[in-house]
Amino acid sequence: MNERIKPVVMPKWGLSMSEGKVTGWLKPAGAAIAPGDEIVEVETDKIAGVVEAHETGTLRRVIGAPDTVYPVKALLGIIADDAVPDAEIDAYVAEYATQAAAEAAKEEAPRYHFIDTPAGRLRYARRGEGAENVILIHGFGGDLDNWLFNIDALAEVASVYALDLPGHGQSDKKLADPSLTGLSTALLGFMDALAIDRAHLVGHSMGGAIAARTALDAAGRVASVTLIGSAGLGPEINAGYTDGFVQATSRRDLKPVLEQLFHDPETVTRQLVDDLLKYKRLDGVAEVLTALSGALFAGGRQAERVAEPLAATDVPALVIAGASDKVIPATHAQALGARATVEVIEGAGHMVQMEKAGRVNELILAHIA
Amino acid sequence: MARMISYKQAINEALDLEMRRDPTVILLGEDIVGGAGAPGEMDAWGGVLGVTKGLHAKHGNRLMDTPLSESAYIGAAIGAAACGMRPVAELMFLDFMGVCFDQIFNQAAKFKYMFGGKAKTPVVIRAMVGAGFRAAAQHSQMLTPLFTHIPGLKVVCPSNAYDAKGLLIQAIRDDDPVIFCEHKALYGSEADVPEESYAIPFGEANIVRDGKDVTLVGYGLTVPRALAAADTLARSGISAEVIDLRTLSPIDWDTVIESVENTGRLVVIDEANPRCSLATDVAAYVAQHAFGALKAAPQMVTAPHTPVPFSPALEDLYIPSAEAIVAAVHKTTGPVKSAA
Repeated sequence: MNERIKPVVMPKWGLSMSEGKVTGWLKPAGAAIAPGDEIVEVETDKIAGVVEAHETGTLRRVIGAPDTVYPVKALLGIIADDAVPDAEIDAYVAEYATQAAAEAAKEEAPRYHFIDTPAGRLRYARRGEGAENVILIHGFGGDLDNWLFNIDALAEVASVYALDLPGHGQSDKKLADPSLTGLSTALLGFMDALAIDRAHLVGHSMGGAIAARTALDAAGRVASVTLIGSAGLGPEINAGYTDGFVQATSRRDLKPVLEQLFHDPETVTRQLVDDLLKYKRLDGVAEVLTALSGALFAGGRQAERVAEPLAATDVPALVIAGASDKVIPATHAQALGARATVEVIEGAGHMVQMEKAGRVNELILAHIA
Repeated sequence: MARMISYKQAINEALDLEMRRDPTVILLGEDIVGGAGAPGEMDAWGGVLGVTKGLHAKHGNRLMDTPLSESAYIGAAIGAAACGMRPVAELMFLDFMGVCFDQIFNQAAKFKYMFGGKAKTPVVIRAMVGAGFRAAAQHSQMLTPLFTHIPGLKVVCPSNAYDAKGLLIQAIRDDDPVIFCEHKALYGSEADVPEESYAIPFGEANIVRDGKDVTLVGYGLTVPRALAAADTLARSGISAEVIDLRTLSPIDWDTVIESVENTGRLVVIDEANPRCSLATDVAAYVAQHAFGALKAAPQMVTAPHTPVPFSPALEDLYIPSAEAIVAAVHKTTGPVKSAA
């Protein structure tokens, strides 16, 4: 194929995605494109997101029609230099074989794995073959799919693991010790079971506090920490969110709670609410969430602070927050002061790694390089 | 990762998981083991359509094949519940309830009330409901309204495999008598069902499709029919919201009212006969409590006021169809979508 022509394709976000709907173009045909530019909005049954450009050029063709569903890897548009003749682009479009590409994407789709650890049977995903290990640790009530926009980008340079913490996702619904130390011990048990001696820990929200706790207690096994919308850095947390998440049993109650996670509440699709309701109904989940919120976030106060002890170490630290985070104030990102690389990203809420995945991935890649 | 299993398998799995969790859960019914004492019982049928297949091999004599006397074993199940067990009785066809009405209406449904809240009766009565199975008038009725009418009974009718598992687990854990209605035409329908146990709370309707022009309310088989109708309506520019009641008693009025307040139009679909049905119940409740929101008279799509015909051609006409639902919606909107 012509290397001067860069296709814009339907992305594959998460293992179960086989198709997505184009909801709108953010750049018109003929627009100049730079890496990181948001080009086209796509919605799946799970989540709405944005396809970002990885190259420089001009958006020469807009092919994906709004409100139309396309398979993964379908050609949505073309980016190329102005110097590339129209005839070459037309030939590229004519030859592009969506079906074959989608089949290839299906074949390469990795499966989830399960491993028995002292904290129970844990589910995880593993991508990439790089020398460095990266472990992605989700937050309270989350699961490994919270990293669906990040795991593949990081896997280009590292061996990336994303786990479901005990009591979360498809891991066993039990949790012996709901403190940060208990969760950190579970994480170290996971690393032992997979013979991961040392890793870069990337944690979101409660997962950030777990990463920091682990760096303090087992410094030799932590190459760096990335704390995203992280707990453990400041005194308060939005109890309306944590308590609301624990208590909601219906879609009507849960949806407004979940809307607090995002800068744009429209991101919360019916499927996202349904998936979380299905998770919350599983036997044992209510007990785990109640225990965690009681141990870590009772009354809107964070029980455990890791910022000060972490600031006293020399563990490399990257701190990322969404400027409009409604769960944990973005100001907490400054807690490590000059000790850390800090970035507060505009236009993102608590789920900054989903809402501004491109920028978050760049920051993590630079941090672990 | 999706794990697609059928409605029938989901019910079997719910029974198995609850029997493993709680030693007081026992099963009674006709042929649920498949002929206790007979050769081949470990792999026998397990009920008339095989719903309990395999459970005898796992749980042994906690499954009991009963004589062909519904009044006897439904009474036994209710008595066992009053004495601390959690029996699940399989009644084959809901149509056969007639001979055990006293045990259900006058005993099970009344204990909690008449003993001042001190008695509990955690019994589940499972039975097949609905038409479309070429089983004629005595094996095809949708008698859900009869049980919904009785205070003290809970009435459940799942529309898909995911709900069937979670609602049955909730039914077994519930301390009140539950009539669990399984639509035989849905036994083969598949959904993504978690392997783990989960309970779906009663009294919480499921909005299975969002819409803004008309609210379609159904349960059981009428939910997939309403979804098919909504697909057709979408092609003519009408956006239909589809509500699955899931439990008929208790019933989730709030979800229905909130939806009608948004759409202004209501079509209730009920496979039961039309008089004193869920259709009349929902239509009347909405007319009384959301009259100001209605832009058109509520419509009802039901079976006719006749027995279920044995003629396949007539039986197909008997069950509310997607076409009939579309036609009823058009009565509320006019043939072309109104400017509102």
